[in-house]
Amino acid sequence: MSFEAHDIHKSYEGTEVLKGVSLSVGKGEFIALLGPSGSGKTTLLNIIAGLAHADRGRLEFDGEDITRLPSGARHFGMVFQNYALFRHLTVAQNVGFGLKVMKNGPGRAEIARRVEELLEMIELPGLAHRYPAQLSGGQRQRVAMARALAIRPRLLLMDEPFSALDAQVRVSLRSSVRDLQRKAGVGAIMVTHDQSEARALADRIAVMDHGRIVKFDTPEAIGDQPLGEPAVAGS
Amino acid sequence: MLAMKRTAPHILPGFSLSLGITLLFLCLIVLLPISGLLWQLGQLGPGDFIRVMGSERVLAALRVTFTAAAAATLVNGVFGLLLAWVLTRYRFPGRNVLDALVDLPFALPTAVAGIALVALYDRSGWVGSLLDSVGIQVAYTWWGIVIAMIFTSIPFAVRAIQPAIEELDPDEEAAALTLGANSWQRFRHVILRPLMPSILTGVGLSFVRSLGEFGAVIFIAGNLPYKTEIASLLILIRLDEFDYPAAAAIAGTLLGVSLLLLVAINVAQTRLQSYLRTGG
Amino acid sequence: MARKLLILLAALFLGIVVVLPVIAIFHRAFAEGWGTYVASITDPETVSAMRLTVIATLFVLPVNLVFGVAAAWLIARYRFFGRRALLVLIELPFAVSPIVAGLCFLLIYGAYGPVGAALEGWNIQLMFNLTGIVLVSLFVTCPFVMREVLPVLMVSGEDEEKAALTLGASGWSIFRHVVLPNISWGLAYGTVLTMARAMGEFGAVSVVSGAIRGETMTLPLQIELLYNDYNATGAFAAATVLAGLALVTLALRGVLDRFGPKRRAHT
Ligand SMILES: Nc1ncnc2c1ncn2[C@@H]1O[C@H](COP(=O)(O)OP(=O)(O)OP(=O)(O)O)[C@@H](O)[C@H]1O
Ligand SMILES: [Mg+2]
Repeated sequence: MSFEAHDIHKSYEGTEVLKGVSLSVGKGEFIALLGPSGSGKTTLLNIIAGLAHADRGRLEFDGEDITRLPSGARHFGMVFQNYALFRHLTVAQNVGFGLKVMKNGPGRAEIARRVEELLEMIELPGLAHRYPAQLSGGQRQRVAMARALAIRPRLLLMDEPFSALDAQVRVSLRSSVRDLQRKAGVGAIMVTHDQSEARALADRIAVMDHGRIVKFDTPEAIGDQPLGEPAVAGS
Repeated sequence: MLAMKRTAPHILPGFSLSLGITLLFLCLIVLLPISGLLWQLGQLGPGDFIRVMGSERVLAALRVTFTAAAAATLVNGVFGLLLAWVLTRYRFPGRNVLDALVDLPFALPTAVAGIALVALYDRSGWVGSLLDSVGIQVAYTWWGIVIAMIFTSIPFAVRAIQPAIEELDPDEEAAALTLGANSWQRFRHVILRPLMPSILTGVGLSFVRSLGEFGAVIFIAGNLPYKTEIASLLILIRLDEFDYPAAAAIAGTLLGVSLLLLVAINVAQTRLQSYLRTGG
Repeated sequence: MARKLLILLAALFLGIVVVLPVIAIFHRAFAEGWGTYVASITDPETVSAMRLTVIATLFVLPVNLVFGVAAAWLIARYRFFGRRALLVLIELPFAVSPIVAGLCFLLIYGAYGPVGAALEGWNIQLMFNLTGIVLVSLFVTCPFVMREVLPVLMVSGEDEEKAALTLGASGWSIFRHVVLPNISWGLAYGTVLTMARAMGEFGAVSVVSGAIRGETMTLPLQIELLYNDYNATGAFAAATVLAGLALVTLALRGVLDRFGPKRRAHT
């Protein structure tokens, strides 16, 4: 086991949003986090990323307690739902940002080399000097992915990475995301609304409902049984 | 006043630093000086306060200030609405320039405005000489004060009303027209009524600004005690006489009235808006 | 027809009330010829007043920028008790008229005020010198930068900052590389507004400057002095400098409005 979350609780203004969530991600394992809107998926992901504090519970990585570790020190890569690309930086600067701000990080030349490598990997080498506003949705998604992978994260977190894309692009990007994750050899948690997406990609599927994980198993074991409530459309 | 309710540290860095800078600045630059005025007022008993404020000269200065501000505000209400309407509803050559010029009184230092107005309105000035020939004198009279107040506060009226006109529904006007409403009725019900909250704000801000105006007024005012002396100038005169308590009493009154008016505008605007929304 | 009439009326009003006075300044300044004008604005006292005005503004600007950004950041990014009160407090100086503002400073930092008297013992004097001018200028320009930066921060949201955080950026890196580029237009507006106001403030400065000839006269005070000395040409010549500055400010705002990102119509 490389990552574990134990009994995470979180309330917003008196309403309990997470009611004791436990989750584990093995080395190189791909977890899909599925559940209806408002079930607490984003909240859980933010807590794992260090972008929100849990009220109770514990996070561990390789046996080390990381519950109180600041976000930047966790070395988790995060792909945001709206990508959150730095709009005043070019694609290359976006991808290289994590390396540039790293303490005792690589030098300029090394950063440039790694950025180029990543851009090759996401198949966008020609767009290095564009700004995010000049990219298509699918291109932005891949840049966000490369930016998260650039810091060689220990865990990859993705919050509905395809939700802003049309169906065709989604399917073609799915496999490329899975490829990138495999190549990087990193564990991943991906939030999604889409059951078929979860079944197609994940090693294990975690189904959330009302702040609890109600199922956590492989797609085969879950079989064809319906996964909790159908997701509310248009959330 | 400020206590941290949450115990969890904030995720984004810089909370303590920005709170520290903000509080330090506000304490030294805003809170301490205002409390200086309150402290001086506290030194003054209610009897002293009434004696200062009840003096013939102070009452005259307040009367001059308030009547002139009211007159200027009236003019600004009418012409502010006109300007806001013309600038948002009509497209014509030079509209951008006209729009930018509305802000000129904001940008022009008040002392510069002051001497400029004298240059224009005194007996040898372009406008002053014209008015003089028909026996009207503006410079160094109460009217001069009104002119100066109109100048400095017209942008407040225009800029408060403009966004509200943008939000007016042209369809409603068209509907009123097809219903055969005559233009005065149309103006009153379809235009004036929904604009009332913002007109009130504009007029209120313009009045508050006029009450405190100093630089633009003193050059053209004539500054004759009991006749054309504004409250702000009287504060300065009391200061020069080292009569701090009297200065503080007049200043406290001006500040109190301004704050009360601003609060009243806020409350009235909220009420009026909900009243208009419920269609009352 | 009504349309033409309304436009004409509006233009006429603005022309007579707002534009004509500004033209009158330039007319009077050049009435006695170019030579007199040049002599007037190069008069040593006037030049020293200009210098003092610029120096005071150079002190005011950075302080206000730091405060404005810090306050905007605080209010945009954190929820804490007293947040609304803080916002009201920052806007308060707009409600205080210039003479009252100056008086407030005199009553606390002046020789007879509690703080001023205490500092007197240390031989520190805050009023009737450059410090006093800077302090009241900070007061009258207090909300300018904050007001421009706050809406930009609100609109841009905190996602980029959070993304930077997960990438291991320090607070300073986030500010330097993510926040600063996002708020740069707001900062530009705020700077222009603060500068114009700081250079032109008259009432508040006249209370606390002490008006020592050639020493604590800012340009607006110098204009008053010249005018009251019956040196009208000198006063109007000096006024053209500030009026020119106001026109430049307006032009700059027009440029920023046209080329900058869309912003609220009202300042
Ligand atoms: N900052 C916040 N303040 C208050 N309530 C919040 C906050 N963030 C989330 N919530 C609440 O917590 C609950 C879970 O929200 P969360 O965003 O985790 O849901 P989600 O499963 O990601 O939903 P979706 O699929 O729509 O993204 C919701 O009811 C939401 O209203
Ligand atoms: Mg979500």
